[in-house]
Amino acid sequence: MPTFVYMTRCDGCGYCVDICPSDIMHIDKTYRRAYNIEPNMCWECYSCVKACPQNAIDCRGYADFAPMGHSVRTLREEAKGTISWKIKFRDGTEKDFVSPIRTTPWGSIRAPADYDAPTAQAMKSQELAHEPDALNIAALPALAPDRFREGAL
Amino acid sequence: MGLFSRRKTVFVDADILVVGGGMAGCGATYEAGYWGRDLKVVCVEKANIERSGAVAQGLYAINCYMGMQWDENRPEDHVRYARNDLMGLVREDLGYDIARHVDSAVHKFEEWGLPIMKDPETGRYQREGKWQIMIHGESYKPIVAEAARKAAAQVYNRIMVTHLLTDRTKPGRVAGAVGFNVRTGDFHVFRAKAVIVCAGGASHIFKPRAVGEGMGRTWYAPWSSASAYALPILVGAKMTQMENRIVLTRFKDGYGPVGAYFLHLKTYTENAYGEEYESRWYDHTKALVGDYIDMHPVPTCLRNHALLEEIKAGRGPIRMVTKEAFADPHKEQVGWENFLGMTIGQAVVWASQNIDPKHTNPELTTSEPYVMGSHATCSGAWASGPEDCAPADYQWGYNRMMTVDGLFGAGDTIGGSAHKFSSGSFTEGRIAGKAAVNYVNDLKSEQPQVSEKEYEELRKTVFQPLETYRVGRNEIVAGTVSPSYMLPLHGLQRLEKIMDEYVGGISAHYTTNEPMLTRGLELLGMLKEDLDRLGAEDLHQLQRAWELHHRVLASEAVTHHTLFRTETRWPGYYYRGDHPKLDDADWHCFTLSRYDREAGEWAMEKAPVYHIVD
Repeated sequence: MPTFVYMTRCDGCGYCVDICPSDIMHIDKTYRRAYNIEPNMCWECYSCVKACPQNAIDCRGYADFAPMGHSVRTLREEAKGTISWKIKFRDGTEKDFVSPIRTTPWGSIRAPADYDAPTAQAMKSQELAHEPDALNIAALPALAPDRFREGAL
Repeated sequence: MGLFSRRKTVFVDADILVVGGGMAGCGATYEAGYWGRDLKVVCVEKANIERSGAVAQGLYAINCYMGMQWDENRPEDHVRYARNDLMGLVREDLGYDIARHVDSAVHKFEEWGLPIMKDPETGRYQREGKWQIMIHGESYKPIVAEAARKAAAQVYNRIMVTHLLTDRTKPGRVAGAVGFNVRTGDFHVFRAKAVIVCAGGASHIFKPRAVGEGMGRTWYAPWSSASAYALPILVGAKMTQMENRIVLTRFKDGYGPVGAYFLHLKTYTENAYGEEYESRWYDHTKALVGDYIDMHPVPTCLRNHALLEEIKAGRGPIRMVTKEAFADPHKEQVGWENFLGMTIGQAVVWASQNIDPKHTNPELTTSEPYVMGSHATCSGAWASGPEDCAPADYQWGYNRMMTVDGLFGAGDTIGGSAHKFSSGSFTEGRIAGKAAVNYVNDLKSEQPQVSEKEYEELRKTVFQPLETYRVGRNEIVAGTVSPSYMLPLHGLQRLEKIMDEYVGGISAHYTTNEPMLTRGLELLGMLKEDLDRLGAEDLHQLQRAWELHHRVLASEAVTHHTLFRTETRWPGYYYRGDHPKLDDADWHCFTLSRYDREAGEWAMEKAPVYHIVD
């Protein structure tokens, strides 16, 4: 479902332009509002729909296989930590879903440099950051190096 | 704007440059930041790392988690699984390495705030299958991006990296990268001591099933433009298993995932007449591949093969039997949320066509082929393995370093390590990130030097499509047809048609042979020449032009590799019609290629497959 933008809701803030992974949401020079410049390179990922503060962006199923009259709307609320969906079928059937999106406050991840600096010994070991503790097992598994066999088993 | 005069060149110096900020790139950035406390780590991304890469729209499952803390699986088990699925050919050292580290990455994701579903009885992560755990992953990518941003000295968004730079003092060593800012048009020269390529695999090299407006509804993201391969290929890095393209069995039109349906919801497939069909093709498949059909689980390609044969026999469409499972409201909820979490387009297709799986068993189809290194396939660069368990033939330097000095990779970029998915790609990024820190720390006085001549020439090359368009546009009244230039979309559609018809796409029933591949290479050669005449109207089209360059070069690699391997190793992914059977005597090996940029020639060789677990 390539995206499109409602003229009366878009205020040209450019959040969708900033987020689109495909670089296809651009600002129209005449109307100063966003639009999808390349619907055939839209993955219907909804990144722009979720990012729009005005709820101005919607999707209409791809013309080559999706009959009209349906909608899939979403509301992503970072403060609440949820995303809500409303699916409307062509025949009017509706389905609603809500899912959590994050369990911690946004911005709360600890920078890797905030942890104690690794030792020279750790630097040359096979362990990665936070290992072995973060594995929740005693030690990083290792294989004996004398078990190579060549060819079909 | 005067093209070469007023355009700014921005120089960025970094110790470690991470190209691509998807799952692998975020892992590499995080880890390099952890180990390289005094190093400057820079990540560059053509979109915005908040929502970039294959995980941009989210995921509903993490497909690679061992569960070692509960003794659910050992890394060795995952090696056997991936090896069976890829018909015997994986880099077991690389796969083992990812599997032993992946749990710590997943545990960090949970600590960072990713909602992972729990089994209400055991309190453990909710298993979808033996390797998969279920998540509410709508914000998987933003969460991981937050961790990467906190680790990087700087993240550069909206810069398309077009080429890597080599060291002028030491041939065969990387020295940085160049690209352009898709918003400002500035030329960027990154000078770096180590480069980690974490760019995307390849969608849109084979013609997709969807046409016209729906062309973007490919299974893999349309922005996965094969930069993972083209960037290393151009500086002479060896590639492996590029013939090992993947075809996906998915819900029709939207390519909605089937993993949760098969594994968690226990739905199953049947033909148009309600019959089980996979067992019908057992003897036929056994005659092609021998004992590999007896592997458990049945390799992904062979399940595709049975489906394709059943459709050819006139008993399609194949459907997923969902009506029974969806009678359970909980399973119905999982079935829909699974799509909304990672392939919203499938929900739209079903809503538009009034397909409610409670009442209708939905159709399945096989996708067009994709080239990637992270799913049930393992195309990519030939990389040095872990020091403690890689055979000598697989070790020439630091872990995940390619055959170019100082050039590392992870995720779709690295070949041979199948079934890493999102968590494994992030983990491989971490492995490469730490190795790159060690590489840089060991360099001492031997710092790489970029060549001004090289980046100035590249600057002209990179912006040439804008100039070609500006000049050529004056010849014609209006429209898209010019005798002097072709637009990126024109080139993309020609590429997709060549690959589809000659290299084993959907219209050829995934079948090719030596004469077809040879003709395909001739046509690709002409397309490659025509790339010099690409015209770009604006910076967005300039990005498309360079994505096309990357796709064409990767496609050439795919075609050469497919020609080299004279057997059909993965029926259901593709068929060599002139060599229809699997041939372990001659081809239980990796295929390697190296591209000579000056001569424009490809050299092919074989490399041994070593098994490190029984």
